[in-house]
Amino acid sequence: MTAYLKLDHIDKVFTRGAASTEVLKDINLTIEKGEYVSIIGHSGCGKSTLLNIIAGLTGATTGGVLLENREVNSPGPDRAVVFQNHSLLPWLTVYENVRLGVDKVFARTKSRAERDAWVMHNLNLVQMAHARDKRPSEISGGMKQRVGIARALAMEPKVLLLDEPFGALDALTRAHLQDSVMALHQKLCNTILMITHDVDEAVLLSDRIVMMTNGPSARIGEVLEVPLARPRKRLELATNATYLKCRQRVLEFLYERHRFVEAA
Amino acid sequence: MQPCGRPLGGRIVLIMPEKGFSMNMPATKIELETAAPAAVAAPVVALTPKRPPRAETYARMARETAVRVIPPLVVIALLTLVWELVCRRAGSALPPPSKVFNDTKELIFDPFFDHGGIDKGLFWHLSASLQRVALGYSLSAIAGIALGVLVGQSVWAMRGLDPLFQVLRTIPPLAWLPLSLAAFRDGQPSAIFVIFITSIWPIIINTAVGIRNIPQDYRNVAAVVQLNPLEFFAKIMIPAAAPYIFTGLRIGIGLSWLAIVAAEMLIGGVGIGFFIWDAWNSSHISEIILALFDVGIVGFVLDRLIAGLGKVVTRGTAQN
Repeated sequence: MTAYLKLDHIDKVFTRGAASTEVLKDINLTIEKGEYVSIIGHSGCGKSTLLNIIAGLTGATTGGVLLENREVNSPGPDRAVVFQNHSLLPWLTVYENVRLGVDKVFARTKSRAERDAWVMHNLNLVQMAHARDKRPSEISGGMKQRVGIARALAMEPKVLLLDEPFGALDALTRAHLQDSVMALHQKLCNTILMITHDVDEAVLLSDRIVMMTNGPSARIGEVLEVPLARPRKRLELATNATYLKCRQRVLEFLYERHRFVEAA
Repeated sequence: MQPCGRPLGGRIVLIMPEKGFSMNMPATKIELETAAPAAVAAPVVALTPKRPPRAETYARMARETAVRVIPPLVVIALLTLVWELVCRRAGSALPPPSKVFNDTKELIFDPFFDHGGIDKGLFWHLSASLQRVALGYSLSAIAGIALGVLVGQSVWAMRGLDPLFQVLRTIPPLAWLPLSLAAFRDGQPSAIFVIFITSIWPIIINTAVGIRNIPQDYRNVAAVVQLNPLEFFAKIMIPAAAPYIFTGLRIGIGLSWLAIVAAEMLIGGVGIGFFIWDAWNSSHISEIILALFDVGIVGFVLDRLIAGLGKVVTRGTAQN
């Protein structure tokens, strides 16, 4: 299969006055259509910067991002982002938050009624249709993130970018939402790129895990294939040898070979 | 340590959520099911005991109102009493409240008379002042928000304009009046200009702060959705900055009411400011006191109006 999303020799240098810090160095990665790829690394290794570069919210210093062989360097709905802190607009209802993107993306291709149906369809996908008229302040953190996912899905992105989507949630909600995302991936076959710092989450959800070395000048240290059949069941995997081996590999990478150094 | 701690931690994460997950939905459903029959059954049984709670709510509301209304009333009564006692003595420069009331009874109970010229009821004076404020303040709200957006959005506009604003905003309202009289050669536009120039600064500055404080997240959302600048302005910028904008608008309306009374004293014609000045010239001290009272009430109402409007518009924005 040819590359669907391609990160081509991405470097990122932040310059402030005379001082400049190299955050990312020579990032190369190809992602196939329908693949679920996680990027894992210690905090401060530039994971989020990388995601922002792919989303087009930050520019790469050198190198570029190719989506279906076309360079993308500005943000757009074809690379919808689910932000860590949900980023729902508090003055809009759940429905209006999703509708905002839908109205923009399908302004010409869908009628008003079709757009309305499409918003409800996506809210149904994340089981949030019942809260359509609530404001973000009236729903729980997990629900907000579901709406965030619905908003991103509703834009029919070519690549769905998840920026530590479950980071701010408690463990129970997180697991519940992970299962939902897995089910959605199974159903819609999206191409998904997820930033995470949770090893279990990475192994459970991903087809491949990209492990980043510590910054500054973070590189891709290792890419691990997760050869587990889908659909995956959380409980069954707990004792699955392949699962445990993958988990072990990631843990070794993170905690032995690239131990997080606080002083750095 | 790690092989021990990690799988354990993993197991907790793995097993607990499944329970939480599978139980979560039925649990809420059960709650609903049990809650619904109870609600249906309750009115039948609790028809009589339902009234006391309602009476209780009224009692509570009455108590809350009393807590807010009684203290100021007591203070006002005390102050009036002190005033009466102090000004009652013969030869006192200011009239006591009883005399003020007797002198101004006509004005209080008939605010709508119109004997031509400037001999009009207080209603007409206040409404003339309010019209000037409405015009000047509307202009300053529009221009202030526009300039605030510019200054908040563009670093260069801020660098260029902010020092200018900081100096201009310290100029007292009345200092503008001679200049505007020279420019407009007429009292009416000059008064409106004074209102405008007085109330615009807090609106500009607060709007700019609000725009600068829009979270990067909202900007990112707008970028991903590809809102154009106009949509960004209407759908993100204004709602996100609305709490700040309304703070500016509220300060602005207060300042413009301050300015109009002073400006009208100088420009003459119909208006509450001139009414006060006219009363002073004819030594009607009681009328001055009545007018001050009215000015205070109207200013208070204007402030509450903008605050209330802000509350309605920014519902949901303040808390996240």
